[in-house]
Amino acid sequence: MKQVYLDYAATTPTDPEVVKEMLPYFTDIFGNPSSIYAAGQEAKEAVEKARSRVARLIGARDEEIIFTSGGTEADNTALEGIAFANESKGNHIITTAIEHHAVTETCEFLKKRGFKITFLKVDKYGLIDAKTFIKAITDKTILVSIMHANNEIGTIEPIAELAAIARERGIYFHTDAVQTVGHIPLDVKELGVDMLSMSGHKLQGPKGVGALYLRKGVRIVPFLHGGGQENRKRATTENVPGIVGFGYAAELASEQLESEAARLTGLRDRLIGGLQASMDHIQLNGHPAKRLPNNVNVSVEYVEGESMLLNLDLEGISASSGSACTSGSLDPSHVLLACGLPHEQAHGSLRLTLGKWTVEEDIDRVLDVLPGIVAKLRAMSPLLKSHG
Amino acid sequence: MSKARAIYSEQVMDHFTNPRNVGDMEEPDGIGHVGNPVCGDIMELYIKVKDNIITAAKFKTFGCGAAIATSSMVTEMVVGKTVEEALEISNKAVAKALGGLPSIKMHCSVLAEEALKSAIDDYLAKS
Repeated sequence: MKQVYLDYAATTPTDPEVVKEMLPYFTDIFGNPSSIYAAGQEAKEAVEKARSRVARLIGARDEEIIFTSGGTEADNTALEGIAFANESKGNHIITTAIEHHAVTETCEFLKKRGFKITFLKVDKYGLIDAKTFIKAITDKTILVSIMHANNEIGTIEPIAELAAIARERGIYFHTDAVQTVGHIPLDVKELGVDMLSMSGHKLQGPKGVGALYLRKGVRIVPFLHGGGQENRKRATTENVPGIVGFGYAAELASEQLESEAARLTGLRDRLIGGLQASMDHIQLNGHPAKRLPNNVNVSVEYVEGESMLLNLDLEGISASSGSACTSGSLDPSHVLLACGLPHEQAHGSLRLTLGKWTVEEDIDRVLDVLPGIVAKLRAMSPLLKSHG
Repeated sequence: MSKARAIYSEQVMDHFTNPRNVGDMEEPDGIGHVGNPVCGDIMELYIKVKDNIITAAKFKTFGCGAAIATSSMVTEMVVGKTVEEALEISNKAVAKALGGLPSIKMHCSVLAEEALKSAIDDYLAKS
């Protein structure tokens, strides 16, 4: 049975070309970039080349890129780094109700350290409204963190507009762009943000590496203390193979960015249209147009998410859900609840995220298989009866 | 092996993919209704009772793999038992019969036990 992988928002396979680029840095060019001899300097050059490649992808300067262990560390570094560096100026942070846990949990941590956090509400599409944002700003606000695009529902936020509002007031602005870097055109100067988080394994790079864009002149308290790596902003010997892989993946992504976005948008809309045509009581979650090219998220009414995932998996299809049962907690997706979905629809959500190796045949396979699965599960659902 | 199949035992996957006794029942003697949309699991369990013996059981469930499998298993375990014996079926017994459940899914087996008790209570209240 052909495996159909439709969970690219969770992680992507590493591009074999990227792996090839990384391999020499495990064995031949294994030197520590801090060492002065040739093997060390060669590794250092590779790290700097990767830095340029990542910087170019987002329109930054090389020295504005700090490599991290991933998107989560980039988020933690940005939030704690700004919060602890600006405690004397204020203690208020604004974020949203739909952030990734790497941001919400860091905010919860900062709350215990005396910071005040505002979680902005979103509309039914998951969009932040500029007026709501302005109203939340106080003279104690030091930092705003709003994601570029949501990982569950794919909604793209108006970051440039929101960041301009913060900048006028001298407030730092961070955006988690893990889902957008390498997927849609993005330029940090156009966005006007001070910090931006990215992750290697979401763009066909390896896991365990990411980066924080830190605008020149913005001061943070380092997250890791130790040696002077990453311009004294992030100690620890560099993950050279990982950084090389991330850099090359960034370059490959930038070459194919617009054609891939257009191709995936076509497949995405074919899938959304097909799902709505083949089944009743299917609701699209997230914004219909302001949406990542690779994201499909629907609520399949009267059916619970995990039972759909298990059935899809038996057919060789990998997907994800905002159901509580798939997260190990008792609550369904905080993102879907924030969009105003009733609990049973949040439990019945299905996320299919497309990527580099997704082809039309994969979409057709889902459309072929899913209606039968849903019919079977609906036949045993006590909810359907009560709704007629 | 895919990860989903690794989460659950073979027995759970068997009852999940081929659930026993699923569907509505005409003129049941007892109906149990437990769970709510907030927690994401809703079970309805119907029983027929003759001469104090449970002669048939059916279920409808909105829920995860474990919820569906435990519903199916409890309907199999209960048939042929007296009302008193059926009341002693514990969630642990249901989970054990399924070859065990992941710890975060044990609450699903509690729901199956409660659905059965709720159906029997309904029967006892009517009779």
